[in-house]
Amino acid sequence: MDNLAELLHGFTIAVTVPHLALMAVGVLLGILVGVLPGLGAPNGVSLLLPLTFGMQPVSAIILLSSMYWGALFGGSVTSILFNIPGEPSSVATTFDGYPMARDGRPTTALATAFGSAAFGALIGVILITFLASWVAQVALAFGPAEYFAVYFLAFASFVGMGGAAPIKTVVALAIGFAIAAIGIDTVSGSVRLTMGVDELVKGVSFVVAVMGLFGIGELLVAVEEEFHARAVSSKIDWREVFRAVGRLPRHGVALLRSAAIGCWMGITPGGPTAASFMSYGIARRFSRRGRHFGTGEVEGIISPETADHAAGTSALLPMLSLGIPGSATAAVMMGGLMIWGLNPGPMLFVDSKDFVWGLIASMYVGNIVAVALVLLTVPVFAALMRIPFVVIAPLIVIICVVGAYSVSNSYLDVVMMLGFGVVGYLFKKLFYPLAPLVLAIVIGDKAEDAFRQSMLISKGSLGIFFANKLVTCLIVGGIALLLLPLVLQLARLWRKPAIDTPAQEKVII
Amino acid sequence: MGRTSTFLLSAAIAVLVGTMPALAAWQPQKPIEFVATAGPGGGTDNLARAVQNIITKHKLTEQPIVVVNKGGGSGAEGYVYGKASAGDPYKVIFGTSNAWQQPLVSKVAFNYTDLTPIAAMAQDEFLLWVKQDAPYKTAGDYLKAAASGEFKMGGAQSKDTDEVLTRMIEKAGKVKLTYIPFKSGAETAVQLAGGHLDSHVNNPSESLGQWRGGTQRPLCVFSPKRLPQGPKVTATEGWSDVPTCVEQGLDIKQYEQPRTVWLPGKVTPEQAAFYVDLMRKVQATPEWKDYIEKTSQVDTFLTGAEFDKFIKEDLEHVKQVAGEQGWLVK
Repeated sequence: MDNLAELLHGFTIAVTVPHLALMAVGVLLGILVGVLPGLGAPNGVSLLLPLTFGMQPVSAIILLSSMYWGALFGGSVTSILFNIPGEPSSVATTFDGYPMARDGRPTTALATAFGSAAFGALIGVILITFLASWVAQVALAFGPAEYFAVYFLAFASFVGMGGAAPIKTVVALAIGFAIAAIGIDTVSGSVRLTMGVDELVKGVSFVVAVMGLFGIGELLVAVEEEFHARAVSSKIDWREVFRAVGRLPRHGVALLRSAAIGCWMGITPGGPTAASFMSYGIARRFSRRGRHFGTGEVEGIISPETADHAAGTSALLPMLSLGIPGSATAAVMMGGLMIWGLNPGPMLFVDSKDFVWGLIASMYVGNIVAVALVLLTVPVFAALMRIPFVVIAPLIVIICVVGAYSVSNSYLDVVMMLGFGVVGYLFKKLFYPLAPLVLAIVIGDKAEDAFRQSMLISKGSLGIFFANKLVTCLIVGGIALLLLPLVLQLARLWRKPAIDTPAQEKVII
Repeated sequence: MGRTSTFLLSAAIAVLVGTMPALAAWQPQKPIEFVATAGPGGGTDNLARAVQNIITKHKLTEQPIVVVNKGGGSGAEGYVYGKASAGDPYKVIFGTSNAWQQPLVSKVAFNYTDLTPIAAMAQDEFLLWVKQDAPYKTAGDYLKAAASGEFKMGGAQSKDTDEVLTRMIEKAGKVKLTYIPFKSGAETAVQLAGGHLDSHVNNPSESLGQWRGGTQRPLCVFSPKRLPQGPKVTATEGWSDVPTCVEQGLDIKQYEQPRTVWLPGKVTPEQAAFYVDLMRKVQATPEWKDYIEKTSQVDTFLTGAEFDKFIKEDLEHVKQVAGEQGWLVK
């Protein structure tokens, strides 16, 4: 219970008027950069960083981390309303969030997302509070083989599920892996697949790919299908915000399962992106309404959002205790830590107790402040959906172009983004799934690095993936998830061999 | 009347004399972009941000400075960007020795000759690290153990400084090591702490926290003499207590990595001179001393012919190692 005493001490640091004010400012700025085109949490935090040099480290980290919470919430807004995920981890939120918003229920979609995100974050902080030392130990157990096994599990939980024809899933995955391979390869140090374009040495940015695939791709489909004004008549109803949050406990199982997946992926270095995809994939398989996923299902929003925030929060712990940043934003914050004169690493918890526990306490308070503020903004954002399509469509193009350009001030990125838009459109028209493509782009090269590092260590033997209990469990779990649909299908065929299933699922994720 | 005109005249002269240097020297007229050839949070990024902070605090130039990260392709993104900005004196590129090492071993679309060298501002040292509970106490013990078993050496990036040093250790110590490349030194340090590697050759700042936390310890430093006395890192030891590798029978006298500053190619000598001068002023501030001490680097300032000489010598050396390993790109 030492931790509890430390936490209470932390609260005395975090809950002061200036710190509460900093939290509110941070969260509001965060929501702003999360919603604005092309800014996002990492840019926002680095813009704010120089302002913090004169501050106390605790105040500085409270401001920056509050901004991070705000930006995470803000990022979900564009995913749900415009199908443009601002961060890799909010891609899975678009799958059901966007259809629900288009269906005239943007308030419900936003409130559900925010409510479950807050729940996920809360579980993540509680985990950090009580299991800090244990969690740091678990993270240390992860070598290259274990890393690969975690990524494999994420792929398996997503790939094996129905929706698209398996062969199309494989094609989408393969294209994603190829795109992830562009640039310099960590293991061999050589340049791959740049096709003579010097600038491609940096690789293809995730933001560029996703803005095109989702934002522009969706727009092209919309233009073709329903060019007439598509303003959604959404009633702005305050009560719906509370009703949506109030309905959350009914999905207790999904909430708890997703929080568990999120925490697990946050501590093991899988990260929030893998967590949200995996949580969505598993929810789709095990939810009773699984076959409706992709059409605006509540659990399709709850699962990725809860897991994303649980993972994002619990991933802060490895950053503090081991000095490995789990995300781009965490990396910027770590740079800040060093400039403030603190050394992230095992000694931080001993040397700078006030800082660490002040931060952890501020995570409780900061998230409450964030969710309160963000719920207040729901009707405002939902009102955006009333704007007619002819106005919103050019806006989306502007958001995507500015966003792609600001990744690294490069015109090539804008051209590539538009190219990805065409790819996204073709994928939709030909019923190829986008999710495996995105997943492969985001964690494909990490999985590849981990696999090849494992092979270097084992001198080419696959035995390394069964060398200890941890890695064996992960790999076997992955294989089981991969084979499950196949086995189920075979069993179904065995029982009713003659009956065709004419009602093919129309929803392609 | 006479007095007034004399006064006016002398005032005019004073103004003229006062503005003379400003007329002769080049001064920036718009915001300056600092390009860090690394992602946020890395050593190169920290340097760029520290310099930005010092310049802003001491108002060393009138113009605002923005730091951008172009760390893709192990830093190649930033250098290629520098090459493409030829003639633009508002882009300052911060890197390491990979400006001249990377073009040797991979087909990147730049060479250091495409850029204008400004200065090497700090040297990062390399140490040989092992896990805290490893049985060997000296580099000699380590080499003996490595000769019998198969040791895994981790490092940041492939065919870069860490792997070059690993190959040098193999040669000097007559051992065979399996080199496993990771994305960064911090990642490598965690892998060693978790027991997935036997050793690595991180810079002091990359493993400082891990040493203090008792997960790993340095055996020796690749430097001709011990590091300067500083505050103690652990309860009993500081950087100056780490023996040199030569002392311990691992005959590699010196291996270090300079932090380098460049302008794009085709800028005028006056423009380059402005930045050399600016960096000198930065180095004279107490904040710079503080930065050097916190990151456990060695303060140096190489510019002009000295810097050129350093690059040429280092290049020869790396060429030799890369040639023996068959890494050179045709």
